[in-house]
Amino acid sequence: MDKHFITIGISIIMGVIARTYMMRIDYRQYPTYPQAYLSHFTLGIIAAGLGAVVIPAIAEKEYVAVTFLAMAAQHFRDVRSLERQSLDNIEPTELVPKGTAYIEDIAKTFEARNYMAIITATITGFVMYIGELLEYSITIRTILGIIGGVMIIVFLHKLLETKVIEDIADVKEAKISFEGPILTIGNIAVMNIGLKGSQKVFMQKGIAVEIIPRDPNATAILANAGQRQAIQHNAAIQLGIRKDIDEPDFTPIARRNSENGNVVMAIVTMEPNVECLIEAVRRTPILESSKRKPLDSYVGKKVDDHK
Amino acid sequence: MEIGIKECIIAIVTMNKEMVSSGTAPTFYASNEEQLERLALLVAKTTRGMVHDLERGTYIIVKH
Repeated sequence: MDKHFITIGISIIMGVIARTYMMRIDYRQYPTYPQAYLSHFTLGIIAAGLGAVVIPAIAEKEYVAVTFLAMAAQHFRDVRSLERQSLDNIEPTELVPKGTAYIEDIAKTFEARNYMAIITATITGFVMYIGELLEYSITIRTILGIIGGVMIIVFLHKLLETKVIEDIADVKEAKISFEGPILTIGNIAVMNIGLKGSQKVFMQKGIAVEIIPRDPNATAILANAGQRQAIQHNAAIQLGIRKDIDEPDFTPIARRNSENGNVVMAIVTMEPNVECLIEAVRRTPILESSKRKPLDSYVGKKVDDHK
Repeated sequence: MEIGIKECIIAIVTMNKEMVSSGTAPTFYASNEEQLERLALLVAKTTRGMVHDLERGTYIIVKH
């Protein structure tokens, strides 16, 4: 048997584990269907395979072989655009759209997860190669490889962990009222609802929350329209929205109070449980594309100090 | 990608007989409050638009 066979085998297994570990139904509610699981699992195996052969190739002084990693990177960039395209295509079928920022975030995550498989496989191979140089027995090398792989999986998992709204803002219940036809939540005019019937539904079954950012960074994040769209989508998906395509009145809209940066949102759900709504909003991830850090800049800090 | 007209007034439903449509959106006249509400609902359901109240007996239906 080829001397690298076990190294490559263990590396691939660790890489696939890394990918599978990240492939559970999470807050994104995606992928939720078996075909997507299979395709991502297969891509994970390919990624792990690519990562696994890197160290053996270098060990054999086959330096040219490493250039195929560039090809791999190109391939996984395609994964991102594939994900983006497919999510874009199903966007019109969503009752409450995800929004382009959320889609971009999901697509990026899927690309990153494949890199995670590559890195895990490479590190596992590297650890096992060191073991080989130190002339350990194959059993010890395998154990070392597995330990190394698990450590890198845990590390990358921590690194890729997204922050949620809870970390940057407080969420509390808000009251819905009508000022003429204008739906108002805590003095913020949200939208004009003409039909008396819809107004009645909002008054009876509508629930609302107010999101209060803790610092200027959080205010900037919540100001992003894509971030607010993600909050709307998550709340609607997780609580079950009481709406059909011909009822635009019940589309949840998160509006910003331009005075202080607070965000309010009203929604009509199947079960009007405000506790659950607060929880759903709290657990909404902060999108990478909406992250802003004005406090890290000189001017942003100065503005904050003068408040 | 869905293609269509957005943020556009599709129809005006009013009790104000003096209101004359400028041409882009059809105007529907209702004789009482109840009919106004009903007409607005019917047009909105057909066009998947949203009903907005301009008060004083005028509704507009807007596609968002």
